Amino acid sequence: MEIVNVKINNIPLKVEKGTKILEAAKKINIDIPHLCYHPDQSIKAHCRICTVEVVGSRRLLAACSTEVWEGMEIHTDTKLVRDTQVGILELILATHEQNCLTCSRNQNCDLQKLCSRFNVLNSNLPDVTEHLPIHDTNPSIIRDPAKCVKCGRCVKACKEIQGISALTYAGRSDKFAITTAYNKPMEETDCILCGQCSVVCPTGAIVEKDDTQKVLDVLQNPKKHVIVQVAPSVRVALGDAFGLPKGTIVTGQMVTALKMLGFDRVFDTNFGADLTIMEEGTELLSRIKNNGTLPMITSCSSGWVNYMEKNYGDYLEHLSSTKSPQQIFGAVSKTYYPEQSGIDVNDIVTVSIMPCTAKKFEAARPEHGRNGHQDVDIVLTTRELTKLIKYVGLNFESLPEGQFDSPLGSGTGAAVIFGNTGGVMEAALRTVYEKYTGKELNSVEFQEVRGLEGIREAIIDLGNTKIKVAIAHTIASAKVIMETIKAGTCDYTFIEIMACPGGCIGGGGQPIKTTTDVKQLRMDALYDIDKKNPLRKSHENPDIIRIYKDFLGEPLSEKSHTLLHTEYHKVKKSHDFSYLKTE
Amino acid sequence: MSLSLIKSYVLTKEMATKIDLVLAAHEHDGSQLVGILLDIQELIPNHYIPEEIAYYLAEKLDVKITNIYDCITFYSSLATTPRAKYPIQICNSIVCKVNQNDTIFTTLKEILGIDLNEVTYDGRFTLESVACFGACDMAPAVRINGKVYGYLTSRAKIENLLSELI
Amino acid sequence: MSKTVSFITKNFGKYDVSSIGSYMECGGFDALKKAITLSGEEIADIVAAAKIKGRGGAGYDMGRKLAQAKSVIAEKKVVICNADEGEPCTFKDRTLLENDPFNLIESMIITGYTVDAEDGYIYLREEYCHLRPLLLNAIRQAKTYGFLGTNILGKGFNFEIHLYSGAGAYVCGEGTALIESIEGKAGRPRMKPPFIKQCGLYNRPTCVNNVESLSLLSHILLDDNKEYQTYGMGDSIGTKLISVAGNVRNPGVFEIPFGTTVREIVYDLAGGIDEDRPIRLLQFGGASGKIASSKILDTPYTYEDLKRSGVTVGSGAILVIDDRTSLIEFLQSTQEFFSHESCGQCTPCREGNRHIKLFLQKLADGTHTEKDITSMKKIAKLMAMSSLCGLGETAQSALVSAMNQFEDVFHVKSSEVQG
Repeated sequence: MEIVNVKINNIPLKVEKGTKILEAAKKINIDIPHLCYHPDQSIKAHCRICTVEVVGSRRLLAACSTEVWEGMEIHTDTKLVRDTQVGILELILATHEQNCLTCSRNQNCDLQKLCSRFNVLNSNLPDVTEHLPIHDTNPSIIRDPAKCVKCGRCVKACKEIQGISALTYAGRSDKFAITTAYNKPMEETDCILCGQCSVVCPTGAIVEKDDTQKVLDVLQNPKKHVIVQVAPSVRVALGDAFGLPKGTIVTGQMVTALKMLGFDRVFDTNFGADLTIMEEGTELLSRIKNNGTLPMITSCSSGWVNYMEKNYGDYLEHLSSTKSPQQIFGAVSKTYYPEQSGIDVNDIVTVSIMPCTAKKFEAARPEHGRNGHQDVDIVLTTRELTKLIKYVGLNFESLPEGQFDSPLGSGTGAAVIFGNTGGVMEAALRTVYEKYTGKELNSVEFQEVRGLEGIREAIIDLGNTKIKVAIAHTIASAKVIMETIKAGTCDYTFIEIMACPGGCIGGGGQPIKTTTDVKQLRMDALYDIDKKNPLRKSHENPDIIRIYKDFLGEPLSEKSHTLLHTEYHKVKKSHDFSYLKTE
Repeated sequence: MSLSLIKSYVLTKEMATKIDLVLAAHEHDGSQLVGILLDIQELIPNHYIPEEIAYYLAEKLDVKITNIYDCITFYSSLATTPRAKYPIQICNSIVCKVNQNDTIFTTLKEILGIDLNEVTYDGRFTLESVACFGACDMAPAVRINGKVYGYLTSRAKIENLLSELI
Repeated sequence: MSKTVSFITKNFGKYDVSSIGSYMECGGFDALKKAITLSGEEIADIVAAAKIKGRGGAGYDMGRKLAQAKSVIAEKKVVICNADEGEPCTFKDRTLLENDPFNLIESMIITGYTVDAEDGYIYLREEYCHLRPLLLNAIRQAKTYGFLGTNILGKGFNFEIHLYSGAGAYVCGEGTALIESIEGKAGRPRMKPPFIKQCGLYNRPTCVNNVESLSLLSHILLDDNKEYQTYGMGDSIGTKLISVAGNVRNPGVFEIPFGTTVREIVYDLAGGIDEDRPIRLLQFGGASGKIASSKILDTPYTYEDLKRSGVTVGSGAILVIDDRTSLIEFLQSTQEFFSHESCGQCTPCREGNRHIKLFLQKLADGTHTEKDITSMKKIAKLMAMSSLCGLGETAQSALVSAMNQFEDVFHVKSSEVQG
């Protein structure tokens, strides 16, 4: 690659041709301020706060988009540059809802960081904030347009990662805004509530619905027996907010923190995941044997299910009827658990900690409840758990390691890798292979389904037959596969689809600074936990064996069907033009 | 009045057929969206794009509804809310201003009994203040459904113009 | 005594604008027939020798632009005619389209040939939609006569022209915004780099030119006697279409040789001021142009002399305002325009225009403070320095030049409250 010599603030530097000024500066630890720039997205260059002086240019140039040239001399710290940066910040602040003290992103906000960096004091600009109404009509995501700095990261995330474009730019001049089509509530648009927008938002303009107070209320109610289940992806991301290196495994501290918060029992969603594999694996084998609908597609990703119901409502029979681990756990927590523990189900509150915003929507679905209560009562994202831990003032890094409780606290290595794209597929194959062939696997690791490419394929040799499987993550990739199913050209037997990039470890409820390299670290951590677990196949989990023996009978039994399986519903389009086709 | 008009718009088969012809004329090419929207707006009596039609286009052209909404709200010549049979676009830029375009504004407001962006009771006229449309040599000017009327320097000339528009 | 000339306007009124036959009878398509005997580089050299600066306002050397476009090695290059003339007080392209549409078509084909493009696009502002039938007819007839399509004039050169419409957005006169609009999106300018000469319409190498720039091309190619070079003064060779309007008796488009004085333009060509009133100010180049007092009347209209006097040629517009309109009223009208036309995506332009509009209202009400004036200067500089595109960069040109030329208007009266 061609090397180019440049100078930044008189410091000489060699970089590859094509490097942008912003990236070049990073190499020598110069942090040029930016708002619209995000390393995992295409460059927008419209916040203009990264503009710097370049010798020979009569105007300032945007560092995020301008490529270095041989001999370029850049100055990032002149009076002109600093005046411009402060000027732009003042312009943004003049139209920004400033209720930082009560804002969800207080102390975790890029705008706050820039203001404190640039010592923005009194501005002569009048307050022109438009106090627009807050959009708060779905269980998962809240939009507060008055806090939008119009960086466009959410628009790009929804367009480039998901290919959904539920959010868009609209209007011109001071009417320029980021909104949905016709300002409809997000849940009434193509939005699937995946939360990818909330992960990239620099301010509090798009946030997850905060249910922490609900949890605190219920924890402080002596009559309630509050149990919590935690998803695998949380234990490799929670440490981010407490200064630990990204991808650190904090399972033990996390369990202790939850106990200290006051949860009566701390259980593991992995238990639900192992059950999911039992049911889904049996379901797949049944479809293969009995000419059922194939390909069968996983259904644990709530954002993905939302997408199917909204866009491929005529193909819902392809979805596995098995519930997601969150909901399987929820159902078990309100039937099996009260039976086992003797606790009245009306006193049980099931909370789940998820890396996901769509799971809040999933838990509230009417079909996921019985006898007047939901199977999962409250869902918190990883970000909300972080807040709770700070709320009670725990010193997370120095907590001792705790253990999950019984009987819903055990999970195999197969369960923990659910958090990775390819993890559900691998977990399922470990059980499906052994159930189908009756033989033990030589190696439980299916390397061919791992990785970060959008769509991956593998051919699995089951002895007397081979099946073709696929794994996709992000809705953009999922759509490619669905179109082949629609066209009748799909030759896969089993498909795992995750709505979020990287799988749940990159979920919409994960810590804000989640970028692609961070996701890789989390994926490695989950595979590491799997490796170190003596039990790596769902069907070998003794607690799973016991629940079938004592309670469910066998996979796909009538009881299993009632509790652990579900139905999906085609979502009616907001505008249906089929009446025009009738003669 | 306008709100109920928006909510009750139903796409008839007749209108859908007309729209399909426009789409065919543009080769069903989503990148010709701007031209398509302009042509469709001309099919609607009140010269706007109903939300219903925007969704119809999204389906027919396989273009995201958000892109269509963005275009309609971005471009001044496209409207999301009903205008009138004759939207009277009065130039508000400096050349017409220094040529006493306030005569046009005050006269029309008075004769028609409406303010800017309001519609007369019979849906015939609305008044819009628009940016320069290149008729500076005929200032002060208005534009109605693509036709320019210049040299409107007196009440008589304005009344004369209105009488042509039935 | 006529101070106008007829070089680019020589066909005006000479043929039936709906008939290609009529156009060909007065020499139409002779330029194209000559062009195909030359190489693209040769054509670019001829244009460079005439020192033609882009007539849209940016003033980039056209010969150099054509040479650069030619040198890009790629398939499926594109040439675009920017007919989105939206600068207030600018209507010269309109007259070219009305009076010599075939010339534009011919010139576009020549441009396509010069740079090896296969497709030409005309982006016509919606406000000129009444000219669509004229242009569509010209395109259709050119195709019938074999000047468009495949193997044009047997030279193995293919070229098609597509007519696209704007929809009421001045910002779409900016090259990348225009391209976004043709691609079926809102016309918000793209960042640069990448530059459109490499990556433009549908990511293809694209060459954008103004109507007047393109229209000159045919005439220059047939100008064996170099008549064009006989006009002008200094480095400003040739002629320019100017559009004069405002408080003049005889507003219109005039083709003048560079070097004509502003006084001759205003008083001889445009008939002087209504009621012989005194001039308040002149604005050169449209709403994004700088202003001058009547002191500029004896300045020759050339790139260099105007620049020395603190203004620019820009689009060729000359706005003359008499004393009935105050400077503040003028500035507010200009600001209203930019506040309406800013695309809104970049912070400096969106927010800067918003605040300057508010400050100008304070000025109009007489409630402004010294701090307000300082803020306005700061914002104007910030916009000029860091906006994403030329609209934001030049939106406050009039204000800044007004603050320099008419300082006293901005003083805070001592009897008012100090900031």
